[in-house]
Amino acid sequence: MNSGAKPRTLFEKIWDAHWIEDVDGESFVHIDRTVLYEVTSPQAFDGLARAGRALRHPELTFGSTDHTVSTRADRGDETVNGGTELIRAFRSNAEKFGFTHFDVNDRRQGIVHVVAPELGIALPGMTLVCGDSHTGTVGALGAWAWGVGTSAIEQVLATQMLNVKRPKLMQIRFDNQLRPGVSAKDLVLYLIGRIGAAGATGYAVEICGEAIRHLPMEGRFTVCNMGVEAGARTTMIAPDETTFAYVSGREFGPTGEMLSQAIEQWRDLKTDEGARFDAEFAFDAAAIAPQITWGTSPDQVMAVREKIPHPSSFDSVLARDAAQKALHYMGLQPGSSLLGQKIDAVFIGSCTNSRLSDLAAAAEVAQGRKVAPHVRAMVVPGSMSVKHEAEKLGLDQIFLAAGFEWRQPGCSMCAAVNEDMLLPEQRSVSTSNRNFEGRQGPLVRTHLASPGMAAAAAIAGEITDIEA
Amino acid sequence: MEPFVRLTAVAAPLPRPNVDTDAIIAVQDLLILTKQGLGKKLFRRWRYEESGVSIPDFALNLPAFAAARILVAGANFGCGSSREHAVWALQDFGFRCIIAPSFASIFYENALKNGLLPVSLPESAVDMLLASLQADPGVEISVDLEACTVQFPDSTSLQFAIPPAQRETLLLGLDPIDLALRHRDALARFQAVQRRQAPWVWQALHGADGSRGTVSH
Repeated sequence: MNSGAKPRTLFEKIWDAHWIEDVDGESFVHIDRTVLYEVTSPQAFDGLARAGRALRHPELTFGSTDHTVSTRADRGDETVNGGTELIRAFRSNAEKFGFTHFDVNDRRQGIVHVVAPELGIALPGMTLVCGDSHTGTVGALGAWAWGVGTSAIEQVLATQMLNVKRPKLMQIRFDNQLRPGVSAKDLVLYLIGRIGAAGATGYAVEICGEAIRHLPMEGRFTVCNMGVEAGARTTMIAPDETTFAYVSGREFGPTGEMLSQAIEQWRDLKTDEGARFDAEFAFDAAAIAPQITWGTSPDQVMAVREKIPHPSSFDSVLARDAAQKALHYMGLQPGSSLLGQKIDAVFIGSCTNSRLSDLAAAAEVAQGRKVAPHVRAMVVPGSMSVKHEAEKLGLDQIFLAAGFEWRQPGCSMCAAVNEDMLLPEQRSVSTSNRNFEGRQGPLVRTHLASPGMAAAAAIAGEITDIEA
Repeated sequence: MEPFVRLTAVAAPLPRPNVDTDAIIAVQDLLILTKQGLGKKLFRRWRYEESGVSIPDFALNLPAFAAARILVAGANFGCGSSREHAVWALQDFGFRCIIAPSFASIFYENALKNGLLPVSLPESAVDMLLASLQADPGVEISVDLEACTVQFPDSTSLQFAIPPAQRETLLLGLDPIDLALRHRDALARFQAVQRRQAPWVWQALHGADGSRGTVSH
């Protein structure tokens, strides 16, 4: 970089590299990758077909069938009502419009946000959109990735451009390192609890600091995955040697000389000394204890050994009201502890926590133990590749011996839009990203936590403190 | 897209913050190939018991709000999932405008792209508006996109802000893809440079075995 240039943030560098033209307070930016799945894309393809428009760049467009797909061992297209039609429409759109598609039993199928980095489809410095709010996950590579609606997907399919308003910039730093047994999931839940479900609304967030540098790539995906639960439109982490090692040798990524050339450019993808953010936060990662949510918004969260807060402790009328409604829905009393709270189900999976290291962390807790008899516990790997790797390590055998279900890849009980859902008033500990009302089935009570905490709860049959 | 210029209509109160898109339209109701018919499922879990019986005190079930075309809600409206079905469901029910102190950004953009006007007003003004809608159910308010004002039941009015490009698109009911395609020359210039400077964006796009994904089932 020449010495006279204005210092720029990571986000600004990616913005500048994708800026096409300004129009009335917005900018058109180039989209390097469009990632699709079966639920939010049919209306976009229908729109293209009605207008007689083509898919402009099928070579930049990828799809994986993930939300509605069954996770049964012997699965085909059959799933819940409506899902089968979506799976078949997606297949037919892939054939008709010519994009790369990882279908139900393709060896590369999986949750879009797991598959995109794993296959080298998402790379550092890229822009990527998908019709799913957790698209920010792949920002962990140092990419600008964000979730959009179906109309925006249709526009990108037709034009490879999106008009966006330049976001404000926020930096969130985590000093020191996480304690052993405290995971990336705990870090991001803690963050959401501190800044709130709308704390980063309108911002592109860069997460940095010693704790982040020490996180392996998979933990970084977990952190960026949940940035949207604090309102962030996109969350990113500057790429480093960990990132470059991760992206090297991926199936759809660059190789040889082109990879070396790419890595040389990617080394500049970091915030310059003196670059300005509109908001900055710093937290001590070493102070973070294992977290768990008590309410129906991801910011209704606490360290598992804390007591459930009193609604009166919140500062606004609406927040007090929301806490009261959440406690009523969750069937919990303010001032009480979640430790020892009996549970009915455990879900280990989702784009937040379904990668190999997540499954390994859960298996370590489960090894040689048994799931409590009243608990249904399931493990759903994030992709066919994760499943295969886990089986090579024998993790499936550990889970099966302990009484967990070992299932096929998909969004499963995070989205509860296939057969995987719970019964009203059942209580689950889940490694997913949303504890909204009804998220895991009508009236189901969801507690979000890390894979280790979830596995420990499955064994104990109740919520426990993994650090105790 | 249907143009939005001004609207005078009954406003329904939904005094909750963080109304998420799962609450607006449940995931189980998304499994459709079209955009129509979602209004029946709008806020399903707040409007109906599991048995299908209406919950009488939910605002949208009250006769006074049957003709509501404006919804007034708490902060961070539309947070959560990116599902555009939330916007389609609100529109299919009859809403043309949502007023809240703030919106989740994906929802905000989805709304604009479909001609559903999201109006952001200060929290204190929304609180007062919610109180007046609850005190006088069925009262009408006016939203004027040309003047960027909301007129309250007591005839006072307040300005709101909206990005100028979106305002024009809504006022004229323009197609966003046609608008984007006006920039196709700039796009071509951009792509020519990117192919040279970041060729990996454009190459290595085939699987290890040369395949482009399979259709196996």
